Amino acid sequence: MNKIRYCRIIHPIHLLLVLLFGITNVQASDLLDKVHFLIPAGPGGGWDGTARGVGEAMIKSGLVANVSYENLSGGGGGRAIAKLIETAPRQQNTLLISSTPMVVRSLQKIFPQSFRDLEPVASVIADYSCFAVLKDSPFNVWKDVVTAFKKNPRLTKVAGGSVRGSTDHFVIANAFKLSGGSPRDVVYVPYDGGGKAMIGLLTGETQIISTGLSEAIEMHRSGEIRILAVTSETRLQEASELPTLMEQGVDMTFANWRGFFAAPGHSPELYDKMIDTIAEVIATPAFSDVRKRNGWAQLHIQGEAFHEFLEQQEIEIGTLMKELGFLR
Amino acid sequence: MLDGLLLGFQTILSVQNLLLVLSGCAVGTIIGMLPGLGPISAIALMIPITYGFEPASGMILLAGVYYGAIFGGSTSSILINAPGVAGTVATSFDGYPLASSGQPGKALAIAAYASFAGGTIAAVLLVLTAPYLAKLSLGFQSADYFVLMLLGLCLVSAFSKRGEYLKALLMTCFGLALSTVGTDLTSGVQRFTLGRMDLIDGISFLLLAMGTFAMAEAILMVLRGDNDKFQGVTRGSMKLDRQEVKTLSPVVGRSSLLGFFVGILPGAGATIASFLAYGMEKYFTRDGPQFGTGNIKGLAAPETANNAACTGSFVPLLTLGIPGSGTTAILLGALIAYGIQPSPRLFVDQPGIFWAVIASMYIGNLFLLALNLPLIPYIARILAIPRTMLIPGILFFSIMGVYLVSFNTFDILMLSMIAFTAVCLRLLSFPMAPMLLGFILGGILEDNLRRAITLADGQWSFLWDRPSTVILIILTLLVLISPVIQRYISK
Repeated sequence: MNKIRYCRIIHPIHLLLVLLFGITNVQASDLLDKVHFLIPAGPGGGWDGTARGVGEAMIKSGLVANVSYENLSGGGGGRAIAKLIETAPRQQNTLLISSTPMVVRSLQKIFPQSFRDLEPVASVIADYSCFAVLKDSPFNVWKDVVTAFKKNPRLTKVAGGSVRGSTDHFVIANAFKLSGGSPRDVVYVPYDGGGKAMIGLLTGETQIISTGLSEAIEMHRSGEIRILAVTSETRLQEASELPTLMEQGVDMTFANWRGFFAAPGHSPELYDKMIDTIAEVIATPAFSDVRKRNGWAQLHIQGEAFHEFLEQQEIEIGTLMKELGFLR
Repeated sequence: MLDGLLLGFQTILSVQNLLLVLSGCAVGTIIGMLPGLGPISAIALMIPITYGFEPASGMILLAGVYYGAIFGGSTSSILINAPGVAGTVATSFDGYPLASSGQPGKALAIAAYASFAGGTIAAVLLVLTAPYLAKLSLGFQSADYFVLMLLGLCLVSAFSKRGEYLKALLMTCFGLALSTVGTDLTSGVQRFTLGRMDLIDGISFLLLAMGTFAMAEAILMVLRGDNDKFQGVTRGSMKLDRQEVKTLSPVVGRSSLLGFFVGILPGAGATIASFLAYGMEKYFTRDGPQFGTGNIKGLAAPETANNAACTGSFVPLLTLGIPGSGTTAILLGALIAYGIQPSPRLFVDQPGIFWAVIASMYIGNLFLLALNLPLIPYIARILAIPRTMLIPGILFFSIMGVYLVSFNTFDILMLSMIAFTAVCLRLLSFPMAPMLLGFILGGILEDNLRRAITLADGQWSFLWDRPSTVILIILTLLVLISPVIQRYISK
């Protein structure tokens, strides 16, 4: 399937590049010798941290000697995607970092492109979602929340760290839906960032929070809040005390992945090289140091499988967003 | 408490760490001086360097960078009217007129002393009250933030000259309108983005401030043709006489308290603290009408509050493990990278780190003062540069600063458009400060109002449901009617 996509867009320039780089590089090594990270946001955010973390591991492990970064914010990430596509022929070493919001934003038509316009290389890490309540909350398991929600959705006001209709909102709406409630009834209270949403829970103005696990785990460990459910498939190695939604009878998983994309229209050999480079890097001790330092869970899906994973996620999110009335 | 602090000082008082504070302050000051680049960029740049260090040393370096960047930001605010950080926009209201009237040395010295006092007083408050403050900041709900922002808006008359209240009011509404551009948090709908993807995150406050101040100022200099206005101006005296110290002390005291308490609120922050301090000071002092023309109180108040608020913003980070501002979010990232997760247990689990961070605040502030006071005469000479070179320089650094934040050329276009509009408005003597006030309060005001309404099931009852909201409403009403009462009493 991959091959078909490449052939469709063959272009004289691409052909030339393929010939030039295909030949020289295959002989040299089977990894990229140079990586340029395109980060669709300013310095200091999650995308930036992930790209720089992977880059750091590349240099420290000696796999890739030449690593550079470029921050290009704007349009919720759309500007960087547009640039990568426009300048594709000269972006043979470029990896664009992105994450789940890319799927959401292209569904919402915030930018016209989707992951289909790029070449998905691999996801590297994931942050699972979780639902938590205050330590003295009457809710002890997810089922308690559902019972209260069905009685009156106003008993379970949900704090979330992003705009209405984005990740934090639809993850919990989906959980309520699969527990037999109506996703449209969810009272979602948006805050400007996960930290402020957490404060919204702690002040007692909301009863439950829907957020990334990494933003809630320490509060849980210190006993201020209790995590009722995680959206991973099985219990996580790093936090085996946390019950999953699956084991509480809700057939739902959700991973907020972060991964890399390449410019379209290059040779399969080049993409294989990118895939191999990422696979090698995340197997290094240098990367597990970076991962542990940041508390990231590994989620390595590459090439064709990553493409399928994205399609699946797009269908799930799209269906739900239609039900919630965010998409027509 | 005291032994904890001693432990902290013991940790950081080594030659290596002192050198780190020093280099952090120096690097931070330089980065902060570049218009547009503030503590967030400075810290993000320095974090990778600190990975090899002990956690305490890393934090000490970053604290130096943090305070340095804020101080550097006020330097460019004062000297060339180009705020480096959102928090120092209010500093330029009186700092720039003071500097351009021939006293740049004094203006910078006051800023240095005020920053030092604000930071240090807030650090003392932090040590004494941190455990209780966490509870206080958690007592503030959306409804309270809404009323607090209303209180801020009521100070709008403080940002206008006598006889220009209507213009000030108009500009405030303009600022409020501008704050609605972008994605609406509550509904997820894009508003007034004209279909451009560059506008979906809204207009950046710094961009607006740079356009209305730095760039518009440079253009106005050309239009006015004041080519040689400052030539021959020396740095002016740096010394404050006894009378000035006496005038400033209460201002610094009040603004430190105000700044610190606004700083600990995760929904407010340093920029709002500096605006509130400026507004309050102008509103309630007798020489209020002279604010905006180079009044030393008008310079000291926002500068003190800004630094106090930065220290205050560490409270939610250190006691709850929750970042209350963009900068503390970056610092949280750094702490996690060192293997330290701030949480309510940090104080108990890792007292070494907790107290080292606090001790580094004292040391950072002290070094900053020591580093910058001797440098002021040299920095102040920027104003002695001939206009023909200074104006292109300001334009260059403004554009570069804006571009370096986003790497998006649209922002440069936007900056130019804002500057053009601002020049027209300023030529018609519309004041710019009320617009910035409306803009910065507008977004937070709206988000909190709509959150409060959602939480109260669509009712307005949140306005009187909780005592803290009621107290804030009463305060707001007092501010509104106080001029009337004052006039009545003076008759």
